[in-house]
Amino acid sequence: MIIPVFAIKNTFRAGIKSWLNAFVLSLSIVSIIWLQGLYKGMYDQGTRAMIDAELGGGQYWVEGYDPYDPFSIEDSHGKITHVLSEMIKEKSAACILIARGMLYKQGRMYSILIKGIDPEQEILSIPSGILKEKNNGIIPALIGTRMAKNSGLKKGDIFTVQWKDSKGVFDAMNFQVSEVMKTTVQNIDNNQIWISLNTMQKIFNMHSEATIVTIKKDIKPVNAGLNWEFKNLDFLLQDMKTLVQAKTAGASILYIILIFLAMIAVFDTQTLSIFKRKKEISTLIAMGMTKNKVIALFTLEGMAYDILAVIIAAIYGVPLLIFTAVKGWKMPAGTDTYGFALGDVLYPVYSLNLVFWTLLFVFILTAIVSYVPSRKIAKIEPAKILRGSTF
Amino acid sequence: MKMYSFTVAVAALFLLNQQQDAQNIIKKVEKNRYSDNKYVVSTMIIHGRRAVRKIKAKSWIKGEEKSFTEYISPARERGTKMLKIKDNLWMYSPSSDRIIRISGNMLRQSLMGSDLTYEDMMEDPVISSHYSSVILGDTIITNRKCWKIKLKARTEDVSYKKRIILVDKERFVILQDERYAKSGTLLRKVSVKKMEFIQGKWIATHIIFKDMLKRGKGTEFIINEIKYNVKIPSYRFSKSSLKR
Repeated sequence: MIIPVFAIKNTFRAGIKSWLNAFVLSLSIVSIIWLQGLYKGMYDQGTRAMIDAELGGGQYWVEGYDPYDPFSIEDSHGKITHVLSEMIKEKSAACILIARGMLYKQGRMYSILIKGIDPEQEILSIPSGILKEKNNGIIPALIGTRMAKNSGLKKGDIFTVQWKDSKGVFDAMNFQVSEVMKTTVQNIDNNQIWISLNTMQKIFNMHSEATIVTIKKDIKPVNAGLNWEFKNLDFLLQDMKTLVQAKTAGASILYIILIFLAMIAVFDTQTLSIFKRKKEISTLIAMGMTKNKVIALFTLEGMAYDILAVIIAAIYGVPLLIFTAVKGWKMPAGTDTYGFALGDVLYPVYSLNLVFWTLLFVFILTAIVSYVPSRKIAKIEPAKILRGSTF
Repeated sequence: MKMYSFTVAVAALFLLNQQQDAQNIIKKVEKNRYSDNKYVVSTMIIHGRRAVRKIKAKSWIKGEEKSFTEYISPARERGTKMLKIKDNLWMYSPSSDRIIRISGNMLRQSLMGSDLTYEDMMEDPVISSHYSSVILGDTIITNRKCWKIKLKARTEDVSYKKRIILVDKERFVILQDERYAKSGTLLRKVSVKKMEFIQGKWIATHIIFKDMLKRGKGTEFIINEIKYNVKIPSYRFSKSSLKR
């Protein structure tokens, strides 16, 4: 017990040198926790938004549907089976029909996705209620803010869309922007327009057909028939997970730099300390302390910086981290193009798990870095030192 | 009642006669247009928003199903080749040195920024097999006397449900072709500005394609040279010829 007490006393006795070391270490700890929390928040926020607006509790995909294959979209539609139909009637599922079209605005044409959704659906947070037909010959359409920005469309604008129906016949009609929705989920916004499912089935000659059937959260999927395959959230969120993992891996370079700087400071302090205190070490050994105990003492002194760093980090870090968690982090312009379903403000999420593992990681590293220079103590010959010669 | 039945019968006979006449006209148009093998040198003039681009190409055409086009100018497009065999279209770009198959929605994209789409290149031009026709009346366009004929798709899988064409009464050349969407919206308009008598056939040598939903003057298509019944080696219509 005497060694830890001795170690703490020695650390405090070192004065400003110890506090500086601890402060540098605390900066690393707070930065790592903050960055990790930021990525965790990014994932949580993104997945939550995607589940609410796009994925629900999972999706049934019609055979052959691949959102990343623009060539297969045209053939990706099929009859809604009895099982799915019952789920839709019970409001446990919502179906979406997807097809391609060309949007003409101010004489320019844009390739777009046309998506049909039931205006009465309650599964997704898309304001589909405004898509009810008004019998004026113009089809109400819903677009997102990104689509509005790219195409120059705004609420009330009338535009023409041309498409080929399921039989390959050209058709074109006027659509009117009923609403511009603000959403963080780009998959329901970029280059696409939403119209009523019934209208879409009628104009595309795809009666009782759909491409995707999204089920309500916490509903157990059932076998929906041969042409329909269920995709769970693990599968649907895989891309998001991979993206966050890639971003986190990229940020680890920053962690390494921060930790490296802190560890250099600890290592230097330890080396200098052993050099300056060689008489003290020799005296301790001469008085009967074993070399291993002296090594343990110096290692613990190094680790004491870590304890000090945690205390300092708690003093300024906890309020800072709480502040960012509550107020969020305003995302810089251009983040919208990253491919994440993020809002304007990102709220970091700090879990106890995250704090514990970060502290443990830094603690172990400090212990190693403190121990390595302390091994030199084993080579000390106390008699020579006390006589005045160096080791 | 008798008078009513008589009127209906006369009207039906008149309509049948009109349809037969229209079908005969269409057959003559197709006979005039059809050739086994063709070699064409053409210039496409694209009127863009800011500039006008001229693209020159050589094409070898076999019947209605096979064609091979090589772009020869400007420098940016030189070496680009396109091969059409039945419903398939491949494109070779020298800059990427790759052959890509144009399919799905890509077919509806603009062909080199023109008013034509890749799909327009793919279209089966045999009118008589896909459309029923009826003469709507007579008209004059570019000082030529024409029949105004309405074409209605016979089957459900034809790209344009309705077309209205103006056919030159003497030369049996389509001088104007209006193509409509299922909803009745006019989508494309093809107008002939010049005809020439070449190797015993009257042929449109200056055509304007206009996507009616787009702004602009449309795309001009000028035939600089045309040779009928030329010998085309079979390798010309193979994918390997795209990279040669």
